[in-house]
Amino acid sequence: MTNAVDIRKVTKVFGTFTALHGVSLSIRDNEFFTLLGPSGCGKTTLLRLMAGFEEVSGGEILLFGQNIASLEPNLRPVNTVFQQYALFPHMSVIDNVAFGLKMKGWTLPKRRARAGEMLEMVHLSDFADRLPTQLSGGQQQRVALARALAPQPKVLLLDEPLSALDLKLRQAMRMELKQLQQGTGITFIFVTHDQEEALTMSNRIAVMSAGRVQQIGTPREIYETPVNRFVADFIGETNLLEVEVAAIAGDQAEVILPGGQRVTCSSATTEKGRHHLSVRPERVTLGTVGSGMQAVVEQVVYLGTDLQVLVRLDGGTAMQVRIQNAARTEVPSPGTRVGLTLEEGAARLLAD
Amino acid sequence: MALRSVRHYPGFLAVTVLCLVVLYAPLVVVTAYSFNDSPSITTWGGLSLRWYVDVFTGPEAPRFRAAAWNSLSIAFLAATIATGIATAAALAMLRAGKFKGRSLTFALINLPLMVPEIVIAVATLIFFTMIGFTTGYLTILIAHITFCIPFAYLPIAARLQGIDGSYEAAARDLYATRAQSFFLVLLPLMAPGVVSGYLLAFIISLDDFIITNFVKGAGMETLPTAIFGSVKQGIKPNIMAISTLMLAVSILFVTLSYFINRKGR
Amino acid sequence: MAGVGSDSGASAETTYRSARVPLLLPTWLMIGVFLVLPVALMAVYSFLTKEMRGGVIWDFSLAAYDQFFVHRGLFGDEPPTLEWTYISVFGRSIIQAAIATVLCLLIGFPTAWFIATRPPETRGVWLFLVTVPYWVNLLIRTVSLRFLIRENGPLNDALMGAGVISEPLALINTDFAVQLGLFYSYLPFMVLPIYAAVERYNFTWSEAAADLYATRWVTLREIVLPIVRPGIVAGCLLVFIPSLGAFLAPNLLGGAKNFMIGSLIEEQFKKSLGNWPFGAAVSMILMSLVLILLMIYARSAARQEAR
Repeated sequence: MTNAVDIRKVTKVFGTFTALHGVSLSIRDNEFFTLLGPSGCGKTTLLRLMAGFEEVSGGEILLFGQNIASLEPNLRPVNTVFQQYALFPHMSVIDNVAFGLKMKGWTLPKRRARAGEMLEMVHLSDFADRLPTQLSGGQQQRVALARALAPQPKVLLLDEPLSALDLKLRQAMRMELKQLQQGTGITFIFVTHDQEEALTMSNRIAVMSAGRVQQIGTPREIYETPVNRFVADFIGETNLLEVEVAAIAGDQAEVILPGGQRVTCSSATTEKGRHHLSVRPERVTLGTVGSGMQAVVEQVVYLGTDLQVLVRLDGGTAMQVRIQNAARTEVPSPGTRVGLTLEEGAARLLAD
Repeated sequence: MALRSVRHYPGFLAVTVLCLVVLYAPLVVVTAYSFNDSPSITTWGGLSLRWYVDVFTGPEAPRFRAAAWNSLSIAFLAATIATGIATAAALAMLRAGKFKGRSLTFALINLPLMVPEIVIAVATLIFFTMIGFTTGYLTILIAHITFCIPFAYLPIAARLQGIDGSYEAAARDLYATRAQSFFLVLLPLMAPGVVSGYLLAFIISLDDFIITNFVKGAGMETLPTAIFGSVKQGIKPNIMAISTLMLAVSILFVTLSYFINRKGR
Repeated sequence: MAGVGSDSGASAETTYRSARVPLLLPTWLMIGVFLVLPVALMAVYSFLTKEMRGGVIWDFSLAAYDQFFVHRGLFGDEPPTLEWTYISVFGRSIIQAAIATVLCLLIGFPTAWFIATRPPETRGVWLFLVTVPYWVNLLIRTVSLRFLIRENGPLNDALMGAGVISEPLALINTDFAVQLGLFYSYLPFMVLPIYAAVERYNFTWSEAAADLYATRWVTLREIVLPIVRPGIVAGCLLVFIPSLGAFLAPNLLGGAKNFMIGSLIEEQFKKSLGNWPFGAAVSMILMSLVLILLMIYARSAARQEAR
């Protein structure tokens, strides 16, 4: 089966600034694919290249096998949900939704009917004749979605569409978007800097930084087996410890923790020497003195569902540990000595 | 085919260039011909400054000198007075809260822009004739002050509107009297707008032909009316020299205004 | 007012409340006495009887308006019919001003768009280039244009020299010369408001339209023009209104037969052969036309605002 989108060695240069350094990735049909990264990482640029608002400086963009890299945006069967929605301010909601169909030459009754269906899908049938400015942010967001989906694009591009909404609405829209994607079977390419959004909605995620793809994988792969420090640090919270590798075989490594203890963990590198070890704070158990790594509790931060315990290892390295705030949880007080043990899969040896 | 940004429209650059050519061609040509040595305006006789010398020392020199003096002194006085009036009005319109008659006052300030120039000219002539006022220098000055007010007001009000009230509040909080907070805080902040308004009013006064022509009375000339009178008998080279000099003054003013605005931003 | 911080500026907005009247008095006096009052007197004048040597006799009369609208033949003995002489001067003026406005729009819109889409560093320079002519004396610009396009002027010389034409173009003293002159006089008035509107335009709208299968030119028609329309309308008014009452361009470029309202009015106030009440009446009609236009504009702008 051909991929929905194939990005092949795409570069994009703005003047003296290189926004994308030869990015390659493939997006499957019917996939909810997310481009995740901090601002300035090139994710929006990549999206704009797919939509046709910018021209690639090098490389190819294939849409179902056809190179579209220099095709005008109006000739690409791809639609976009813009960050600030870009609803046409002089047109009613229904005219906005029907615009793409009008441009494709649909007759008035047909496009009205279709736009009506789309509005029903996003629960805005009652607002058809309003102007976009008369709607709330969340409603505008849904109109933008309906407008982009109405012409049945082969791929839907979403440029941080939830960033302008407040937290509650954002969480509700996540579920709605996911259901919409499953219901329509259209490939969604979603750009965000919010890792939680990416993890909850995506089939696969491409983590980007400084114009390069760092890692592509399912949310679980990205979280559990990050390949490098950037990914481990950007996705979720982590402790990075510098460790000595004692032995390495395939994707397993034996490392020496601060304090001399040896543990086996999965590894993203095949080289011996000193590397960084990522330790997820929620996979560390606080034990009694004597077991595991020795440390002193420095501060306890109350987070509601969790407690964040900041400790300092005997070698001087700071670490954080998450423990659940259950009824029976004993809250360690600052100054107490504790032993830290790593749970199964808590640690991952990273390439740099 | 290269992919172009949605901002790009083919041909718009060409139209812009055409627009600038149309705007500048007559000015460039007249400037060039003002340096023509030939007494005929149709043939080129080499480069010369003779027409500039003629403007200052030729037979028509006294007439032009008097006209230039009238034009410049009226522009100076009209711009100064109009700027003062407009600054006061802007303070009242933007820093004195809402009041009854505010929109009426706004309409009044803008009235000289809305009534066609020729109508203002007719009305002013009728008014001065009726009250038995002798037309001359003073009537020109009064008419100029009146129609310069909105031109001075617009940049001043635009500037004042952009100045947050917290600066004056901070000055008052730090023990400044009302007068001190105006002269030490608000006025310096408004200065670029006031200067722009002044320059605009000056140029507008210098530019006026039709109203001046109606209310000037016999024997009184400003530069535009003197030039118009000469041109009616055909364009002579000394007119082109005067035009070029006035062009230079205008460009000096607009450049000044441009840099003042840029610095003020 | 917008732009003045409503919370922090609440007190500063009323700093000069007590000084309001003295601050506004000069404005009220100057414009009230030297513009509103004169216009009112002009209205009165239009209903007076003319005196032969210029000036008026204080007798109420409708003669000025009668002369404008009613035809009674050379000796005043024919049955009254509609007088076309002056209406056609108005008609011609409106057509000339309208053509100049369309010319300004056709050139001004692409120019404004082009400038507004330049990077911020060069935008100021382009804008500067367009505004400079506005600051140059209108009489000098008109005289310069007359010099450039006259029968044996530099334009004809250059075109003949280049072999484009064999006979000099008879441009001067034509309708086209007047239209060109009006276009040339007021073009910056068209460019600046449209530029301001395009600067506020969100180019993502164009991207959204392109994304939804609209071509560049369809986007221009369906999205850009409706959204920047207030700027276009303002530009058209700013060109049309001064063009309608223009005096210099028709007088210096149009010659005797391309008479417009401005010249018609001016003739009435020439010493000894004038007709002041008639001149006042024509001025009243011109001003009414302009004010009606402005009122329509203000009303539609207010409606736009309300949306």
